[in-house]
Amino acid sequence: MTAELPTFTLTFEGRPLTARPGQSVAAALTDAGIRAWRATRGEGAPRGLFCGIGVCYDCLITVDGRPAQRACLVPAAEGMALTGAPPPLPRPSGADEGNAS
Amino acid sequence: MNERPFDLAVVGAGPAGLAAAVAAGESGLRVALVDAGPRPGGQFWRHAEGADGAGHHDWETFASLRSRLRRLTAGTRVRHLPLHQVWAVDRAGDAPFTLRLTPAFDGATDEVTPAVRARAIALCTGGYDRQLPVPGWTLPGVMAAGGVQALLKGSGTVAGRRAVVAGTGPFLLPVATGLAAAGAEVAAVVEAARPADWLRRPLGAAAVPGKAVEGAGYAAALLRHRVPYLTRSAVTRVHGGDEVTAVTVERVDGSGRVVPGRTRRLAVDLVAFGWGFTPSLELVVALGAGTERGADGSLVATVDRARRATVPGVYVAGEATGVGGAAKAVAEGELAGLTAAVDAGRPAPTKRGRRLAARIARAERFAEAMHAAHPVPERWTEWLTEATVLCRCEEVTVGAVERAREDLGAGDPRTAKLLARPGMGWCQGRVCGFATAALLAAGAGRAVTAEDLRALGKRPLAAPVTLGELAALPEPPDPPDFPDPDTA
Ligand SMILES: Cc1cc2nc3c(=O)[nH]c(=O)nc-3n(C[C@H](O)[C@H](O)[C@H](O)COP(=O)(O)OP(=O)(O)OC[C@H]3O[C@@H](n4cnc5c(N)ncnc54)[C@H](O)[C@@H]3O)c2cc1C
Ligand code: FES
Repeated sequence: MTAELPTFTLTFEGRPLTARPGQSVAAALTDAGIRAWRATRGEGAPRGLFCGIGVCYDCLITVDGRPAQRACLVPAAEGMALTGAPPPLPRPSGADEGNAS
Repeated sequence: MNERPFDLAVVGAGPAGLAAAVAAGESGLRVALVDAGPRPGGQFWRHAEGADGAGHHDWETFASLRSRLRRLTAGTRVRHLPLHQVWAVDRAGDAPFTLRLTPAFDGATDEVTPAVRARAIALCTGGYDRQLPVPGWTLPGVMAAGGVQALLKGSGTVAGRRAVVAGTGPFLLPVATGLAAAGAEVAAVVEAARPADWLRRPLGAAAVPGKAVEGAGYAAALLRHRVPYLTRSAVTRVHGGDEVTAVTVERVDGSGRVVPGRTRRLAVDLVAFGWGFTPSLELVVALGAGTERGADGSLVATVDRARRATVPGVYVAGEATGVGGAAKAVAEGELAGLTAAVDAGRPAPTKRGRRLAARIARAERFAEAMHAAHPVPERWTEWLTEATVLCRCEEVTVGAVERAREDLGAGDPRTAKLLARPGMGWCQGRVCGFATAALLAAGAGRAVTAEDLRALGKRPLAAPVTLGELAALPEPPDPPDFPDPDTA
């Protein structure tokens, strides 16, 4: 579709990936045949893209040392270093919602 | 923060929010348009930067709304804040609403606006794919159908080589034809309903002739790409080790019960599941506005004909009032924007308002017919096993929730959530909420109620934020003390 645009390189676990401008990190990984980039805390099950729009948090990835980024939202950028470190526990959200009601 | 409050804050720049912001701005209101996306368009008109609309339906409507928005943002009438996510809304007494914003992702924008104040608020937050878990649905290669579409529209990336698109509803068709046109092989579209049923409802289908034409176009494209369209069928199991390698497709009856002896297995590396959409209601609920069960069984915002929510100063438009497609969302957004202007004392464009209300009513009839023809199969929970993961985030199994219900008496979602913890992870139950409500209700031998869905739809924050953002609030961190939806 956008084949004529110049491509650039980023890495996943040190392995080079090629991306086109405007692609998300998840798209660059998918194009490289990488479908899973983290393991769950409980079962150690592989996970990657699911909802594709920032809702499910399945696609969490570490971007340039910043953990827990949603790969489906973050645009790929030249020289970006991606790693699949496990995400931390959920940030303050609904964790203690039981007290709310 | 000392900036004069806006007359209206619109949350979401999809079809509904764009139309709302443009209508309100052109009526003379000062508007803030806050959207998590980098560019306006929402899900329907999602596009890569510089895209020309190829492959998009009704791109002219978008292009026209976008250029009207640009005219308004060039002046001071409308302020567009892309890449900002609203994570909370609060208001003290009659003071303006304060919308708390966070970047859509770390480093999304250099100029972060932490808060916006506005006298009224239009929630045009859209929704996301509704999901029914089946064994194996957590394997990489299983995606939401809308997510597959978003990856294609936003990044030009095809999510797999050989796909099955499964679930129910007309949205499966553009997903399948999009994949096929982009070079993937589509092994089948697996539809639980028998869609011929909805063409038999002349009132609904005839009301929006454009839709029927669009449907015929997709049908022709399926034929051209030789994609089998299996009706009264469901993907009841996904197979694979580290990722998807195959699915089991079974024939089902009208209630979703498996018809024995009609099983087939398809080798695929991508499963796109879509069971309709679930509206994003966290801000609606946070503001204490009323909700109800919509025509498709999901929770929707309660609005009057002019798109006013049950709380003064709050308007809701688009998928959040009920799923019905982009054209309905545009009409609703425009009407919400006009209503907000009238409520703020601008002259009423009576004729336009009436025409929009009629158009929305027609679209709603159409949507009702569509939902009636594509229900979530009543007995889908029979496809589950004890070990099926229900909550993807916390890896809570069906068995764990059923044990909480049987042994601990957690028959209602709120108690089940506290005991077994489905919906307590990163996504706060957005993905599993509907399914959890259905599972508990089925176990108790009753139908899902709005109350069940509300209990699972309550999220203290509309987006996870950092401790720093919480600590930076002028008041102590808003403890999740939003009005209880039960009493609202
Ligand atoms: C992933 C996905 C893909 C879809 N693709 C198609 C398609 O190809 N064809 C089709 O006919 N229909 C599609 N749909 C259905 C489609 O959503 C609707 O027909 C239409 O886009 C609805 O318009 P809307 O304005 O109500 O919501 P949306 O288009 O969903 O727009 C809502 C906007 O609000 C923003 N938002 C939500 N919450 C917040 C918040 N708290 N803070 C800031 N911003 C927020 C979102 O980022 C989004 O931009 C898709 C739906 C989904 C979920
Ligand atoms: S895939 Fe769901 S948040 Fe990224």
